Amino acid sequence: MNWLVRTFSCSVAKKQFMAVTGLAFCLFLTSHLIGNLFVYGGKDAFNAYVEHLHALGVLIHIAEAGLIVFALIHIGTALILYFQNLAARPVRYKKKSNAGGRTLASATMPYTGLFILVFIVVHLVSMKFADHSTLSTFDVTAGVFAKPAYLAFYIVSMVVVAFHVNHGFWSAFQSFGASHPKYMPIVRGFGILFSLIVGAGFGLIPIAFNMIS
Amino acid sequence: MEEKFINLTLKVWRQKLGEKKGKIETYQAKNISTDASFLEMLDIVNDDLTIKGIEPIAFDHDCREGICGMCGQVVNGYAHGEEKGTTLCQLHMRRFKDGDTVFVEPFRAKAFKVVKDLVVDRSAFDKIIQAGGYITAKAGGAPDANNLPVTYETCELAMNGAECIGCGACVAACPNASAMLFVGAKISHLALLPQGRPEAAKRALAMVRTMDSCGFGNCSNERECEASCPKNIEITNIARLNREFLSAGVCSTAM
Repeated sequence: MNWLVRTFSCSVAKKQFMAVTGLAFCLFLTSHLIGNLFVYGGKDAFNAYVEHLHALGVLIHIAEAGLIVFALIHIGTALILYFQNLAARPVRYKKKSNAGGRTLASATMPYTGLFILVFIVVHLVSMKFADHSTLSTFDVTAGVFAKPAYLAFYIVSMVVVAFHVNHGFWSAFQSFGASHPKYMPIVRGFGILFSLIVGAGFGLIPIAFNMIS
Repeated sequence: MEEKFINLTLKVWRQKLGEKKGKIETYQAKNISTDASFLEMLDIVNDDLTIKGIEPIAFDHDCREGICGMCGQVVNGYAHGEEKGTTLCQLHMRRFKDGDTVFVEPFRAKAFKVVKDLVVDRSAFDKIIQAGGYITAKAGGAPDANNLPVTYETCELAMNGAECIGCGACVAACPNASAMLFVGAKISHLALLPQGRPEAAKRALAMVRTMDSCGFGNCSNERECEASCPKNIEITNIARLNREFLSAGVCSTAM
């Protein structure tokens, strides 16, 4: 079993852990966004979607458990990588310039990641774990988005998620070595498109709630 | 281009031999020909410092024609200077303007200790090569030409990796001080050719493990290495390394 530890503790394996969990979160974002689009069908359509989703029962709990495990791996590995990378250059440059590879998204990955973690906590506390006993999910959600501070925080968060996905998506393929002259341009293009869809798609949901309710 | 003479203010990292700390010192580079290379400019400054009784600036250099990989400093925040696909010795002073202030610092990484001033110890790269950057070939008569078919395209890809001169600019430019472009190039040029295949799995694991143990950072696909490489080596080589590592770690019998 020694080979297992030796292989999975390597720098390259850590990047591949980030890649597989990150891509799984992209799948989650896709399904979450598709579900949220029911808001455009009105209050009843949205509540019906929520009911159908909860009717999946144990499958939902398995998916939630999976997301928690993946989040622990993604965040844990990110922390190790962050501190190892910090330690790899103990003396910083007095003057450092960008040679042209770095983007705003790639340079801010640890910070956008931390921001997203804060957002997820706020999101879960304000919606999933809010009191659903008297109000429907639509009303709970609309209640949160009616507060300007929450509305602004949600929209800003979605822009941050878009940045994180923008670098993360193609980066995951690169980390797996899935680089091919025919497909890499498509992967990169799709990554940009996907980040725009995620940013705009989720960013418009709170506004839609406010307009409908 | 017509030869001109310019004056520069240099902010150079000075660190005494055997000491762990250093500091930026300011020197004037006067009357520098725009036809001079960056290293020739430092030679002129060193002449001046020697006359004044100041210890000249120590820096690495050898061939001065861009093929040996010995030179390398971070100039104004760019490894080997701002010009693309160029080693420092091939960077000419016509790229600078009269009156410019130029920061000159050594390559910074935990794995590259500063020996003195701008000289760094890059023996960590040697350790990585010793771990697997070779093929085992039996001695004897030369094999028949074309005995091992290699397509022109594969040959070119292998040559692209083999162009790496091991200067360390990728590490210097990487925000994480990662050596993945160097290791990717070294693994690629062997893995692409039939002679390199028998030991490919063992090589990928050994070189990545040695790279980690030397204290290099982790790749986060920032692509600063590719943008700084004097030989324009691409990050597709890093992807190939990731691929080789994955198949070696999961599918091969190499432990």
